[in-house]
Amino acid sequence: MKSNNNINVYSFLEKITPLIAVMFALLVGAIVILIIGEDPIFVYKVLFSNALGSKVGWGNVLFRSTPLIFTGLTVAFAFRCGLFNIGGEGQMYIGTFFATWVGFTFTNLPSFLLIPLCIIAAATGGALWAAVPGILKAKSGVHEVIVTIMMNWIAASLTFYLVLQFKAPPTEAMKAAGVKQMIPHTREIAEAARLPRIYHLLKSINIDFPSYVQANVSFFIAIAVAMLVYYILWKTNLGYEIRAVGYSPLAAEYGGINVSRNIVLAMVISGALAGLVATNEVMGFKYRWRQELFTGYGFNGIAVALLGKNHPFGVVLAAILFGVLNYGGAIVNIFTGGRIPRELIMVLQAVIVIFVVISDEIVKRIIRKRRKTA
Amino acid sequence: MLGNIFNADFFASSIRIAIPLALAGLGGVVSEKSGVINIGLEGMMLTSAFTVVAVTNFSQNPWIGVLSAILIGIVLGLIHAVTSITFRANQIVSGVAINLFASGITVFLAWLFFNETQIMAVKNLPVWGLSIPAPGEGSSVVRSFIVIFLHHSPLVFITVIIFALAHFILFKTPFGLRIRSVGEYPEAADTMGVNVIKMRYLAVITSGALAGLAGSFLSLEQAHFFVKEISGGRGFIALAAMIFGKWTPLGTAGAALLFGFGEALSIRLQGVLAIPVQFINMVPYVLAIFVLVSAIGRATPPAADGIPYEKEVG
Repeated sequence: MKSNNNINVYSFLEKITPLIAVMFALLVGAIVILIIGEDPIFVYKVLFSNALGSKVGWGNVLFRSTPLIFTGLTVAFAFRCGLFNIGGEGQMYIGTFFATWVGFTFTNLPSFLLIPLCIIAAATGGALWAAVPGILKAKSGVHEVIVTIMMNWIAASLTFYLVLQFKAPPTEAMKAAGVKQMIPHTREIAEAARLPRIYHLLKSINIDFPSYVQANVSFFIAIAVAMLVYYILWKTNLGYEIRAVGYSPLAAEYGGINVSRNIVLAMVISGALAGLVATNEVMGFKYRWRQELFTGYGFNGIAVALLGKNHPFGVVLAAILFGVLNYGGAIVNIFTGGRIPRELIMVLQAVIVIFVVISDEIVKRIIRKRRKTA
Repeated sequence: MLGNIFNADFFASSIRIAIPLALAGLGGVVSEKSGVINIGLEGMMLTSAFTVVAVTNFSQNPWIGVLSAILIGIVLGLIHAVTSITFRANQIVSGVAINLFASGITVFLAWLFFNETQIMAVKNLPVWGLSIPAPGEGSSVVRSFIVIFLHHSPLVFITVIIFALAHFILFKTPFGLRIRSVGEYPEAADTMGVNVIKMRYLAVITSGALAGLAGSFLSLEQAHFFVKEISGGRGFIALAAMIFGKWTPLGTAGAALLFGFGEALSIRLQGVLAIPVQFINMVPYVLAIFVLVSAIGRATPPAADGIPYEKEVG
């Protein structure tokens, strides 16, 4: 009986390994800050109080976490099918470009048509790009990791080519100054394709919110999508089959599940999720496709999914934590006059990833040992 | 027209572009031959590219810079080994974490030490080989030969030696057989008394050192400066070269040369050719996918590639 209790303690530990990892990472960060010769307590106070202590802070945090929710779900969804989709970056590039193209092409459509159309285009772009590694894995058994890596770079080149094809005409100011586009970007999407900001929503119910905060409706789309992912995975036949394949492809096949079909479907849905980054970055923020606007979200999604234990709700929490660190880190950078560069946050994220996987493994080993001695 | 493009300088620059791809690709070969996927090559290259310039500038000695960069590669390789071999964590995750770490730490330290993200190297390695004869002096064939093969950074010659050694060690020595055996069938290797864990550690650390050398060449010898994200995906092109070279040192060298040739060509042909440069840039990645898929001469990775080894305890 006693050993059973112990096992419960350890399975609880297994659930909170992400928390332990975050603590460790913050500790590592504190040591780095100490080495630089700054006060870690002060730095963390600035970081968290700015990110969480005001409406502006929260708005910025939500804005920064939204793309990470999508890319985190991308990785988590594929992972449930036993696939490692590290192609979120490329799927996001293509999806966001599709959405932008629809947004600046069908400019005379009304909002209630154009917004859904853009969202569908975003999902389709991502889905198409993810279908390639999915099909190759299902039909030829080619490892999806390598194909998705290569597809990321192909997408980067392809969108770079496309953005030059659909380059925005020079503005009057640019003509007057005789300068060219520094960072390649497309034309702006139609007004009707833009998502309202949180400021607009709150204003309509008379709540004061700073208009410059870029948080927009996309955050709620992300939450809704996370719930949808939960529903698909745990409440539908499709989700059951996908998880069965992830758990054991051979057993799933023996149970009459079409493994190839589920692998392709899981990749397609996963890619569609990556494409939805367009809602936040294009439809809610820049209103155009811009080179380097999205760089890194796809890869950070891997860290988010790991930290969120590949569960949709865990992903949301992890994305918000990364949002806090990113925004807080930027503020710390300004606050200390650049003495603590914001890239410290990237280092912390890497440390979190390493510690999550290590502490997972340690807890697993302890449990196994206990089981044996029990 | 063609003579203007395909001159000796063109081939020499193809070789220079190929060097970091080949070295990092060889790192991939060594690591994956032992059964450990290393997608952290990109990050290892990036961190070393920063280290070599930073240390060279502080010590005024580029050789110390190169050694430090290799050392950093080894340290990152060790981290990858500890997480993915000892803790048997997912090798892809560990690699991704190393890439994330590299992107952060290089810019972080660049701001901290230099207050900018582009750092010029104050010194370079001396050029080895013969000096280039003045134009019109001696035969043009001899001159071209010297330009292409005998007038390079020391790291180019060292790379050639490394590749010859790697091929010999991997395929002609018992040690190489052990490395390959733990990547193909670790259980059998273990039964035969090969220390799987030790072999994999050695291989992954070596791959880190090779990525370190690749990064050194990239910033110190090729660009003569470090800039944020200077590796720009070359670690992944190196993986493509590894796949295209079917996980062998010589194949990888050939693929790296081919990709180097392609990149040099795309630089020369910018604006001249109807094909946009972006499409030429895609070629290595498309080729890598293609060889993985095509039935003819299909490339197969080592059998136990990516699978952590767990010793069975009776």
